[in-house]
Amino acid sequence: MKNWLNIKNFLDEIGGISNFIARFFQEGFKPRYEFAELIRQCYWVGYKSLPLVGITAFIMGLVLTIQSRPTLVKFGAESMLPMMVSVSLVREISPVITALICAGKVGSGMGAELGSMRVTEQIDAMEVSGTNPFKYLIVTRIIATTLMLPILSNLSNAISLYGGYLGVNIRGNISWHLYWTQVFNAISYSDLLPSVIKTFFFGFAIGVVGCYKGYFSSKGTEGVGRSANSAVVIASLLVFIIDLIAVQIVDLLGLT
Amino acid sequence: MEKESVIEIRNLNKSFGSNHVLTNFEMDLLKGENLAVLGKSGSGKSVLIKCIIGLYFPEQGSIKLFDRDISEFDHYEWDRVRQRIGFLFQSNALYDSMTIRENLEFPLRRHELKHLTDKETENLIIDTLSNVGLEHTIDMMPSELSGGMRKRIALARALILKPEIILYDEPTTGLDPITSREISHLILEVQKKYNTSSIIISHDMSCINIASNRIIMLIEGRCYAQGDYDHLKNMEDEKVKEFFL
Repeated sequence: MKNWLNIKNFLDEIGGISNFIARFFQEGFKPRYEFAELIRQCYWVGYKSLPLVGITAFIMGLVLTIQSRPTLVKFGAESMLPMMVSVSLVREISPVITALICAGKVGSGMGAELGSMRVTEQIDAMEVSGTNPFKYLIVTRIIATTLMLPILSNLSNAISLYGGYLGVNIRGNISWHLYWTQVFNAISYSDLLPSVIKTFFFGFAIGVVGCYKGYFSSKGTEGVGRSANSAVVIASLLVFIIDLIAVQIVDLLGLT
Repeated sequence: MEKESVIEIRNLNKSFGSNHVLTNFEMDLLKGENLAVLGKSGSGKSVLIKCIIGLYFPEQGSIKLFDRDISEFDHYEWDRVRQRIGFLFQSNALYDSMTIRENLEFPLRRHELKHLTDKETENLIIDTLSNVGLEHTIDMMPSELSGGMRKRIALARALILKPEIILYDEPTTGLDPITSREISHLILEVQKKYNTSSIIISHDMSCINIASNRIIMLIEGRCYAQGDYDHLKNMEDEKVKEFFL
């Protein structure tokens, strides 16, 4: 009986999120457009996440380089270090880690903010004020995460590669020019493009889950905490699932 | 001459699952009156005004606002009608991330700011705030204000579009007796100054006594009794008497 209830809840959740996405597309393209709120959300999602994304990216690049060196040295391929690190970072690590950080920071923030707005009747107040709360709160947030994630991911790429440069130079000695030449020789558009495209989907998923959980929050302050928590868990899981699908598609298209 | 009704409710039914909240509920709000709806917690008082403003949809029955059935309203008509109705939420529902100025500007921006210059908007906000005695809070955040001040600001926001009807959802809940009394007198002042018609949802007898002209007792989802404060107070019915003990 309990298992059946779990399955039912799971299917309800899937149905709820699907309806939510359908409503996003329905309302998102109709006027009135909330540009001012969209810019504000882009600022919060993009600019305000930059320090955290930047620090993480820098450490990631540095650590990956330091950790990879011994193995490459074993095979006498130390000179391949910048190439290996750059491909790993650009193709996989940087977009996924950026998305996970945003799922934690932005997804939980949206879940909690919208959840508390729901339980304190602010969303109802908005509706009574003649504002479509879905358009004002949800559409703007989902578009902001969808647009900002690729930008953050690309900045994360650059910062992590800089971390990689410092990592290479801790034990070795490579010039700035040579390092970047090797990096750009290693990376092609077929590495960069799939990585950028998948970050749009990461951003969309984070926005949808964060907003869905917050918008339909219930049971008072306890519900707000739950919304924030489940927004992070589901968004993080979705990032990995989207990544898995993206890898399969890229592989099928022969872009590996 | 009989006064005209601005809200007319007939056979209203609303339930949540198996819980029947409103059953064949009927009432009229006359122009210029303050009508209190009195009932125990969970009796459906808030559901009633949320049905009136379109936040909940009734299952059966009709609600007429300004002589028009709300079931006929589309999105734009709701927009126009809501301009004429102010709503004071139980939790105040002030936008946490906005200053008091922005909180008051929000409904204006949505409805008619296009027609107002910046100076006119500013003057209107200051004027509305001064009506609730809080013009000095204009650049403060809601979190910097006390419960009573937040309630006044929420009332100012409900008043900014100069509505013809105001719906008060538990306007004195969570306030000390002195502030409660102040808010109750403010409700009365608003009625006189703006010539509004209001529905006051409450179980605070002191507020109801001060602010209302007529009372409807909502018991078991129905209009159980109605009349002015003294009339109901002198009734012999046990269920009515309970409220006046």
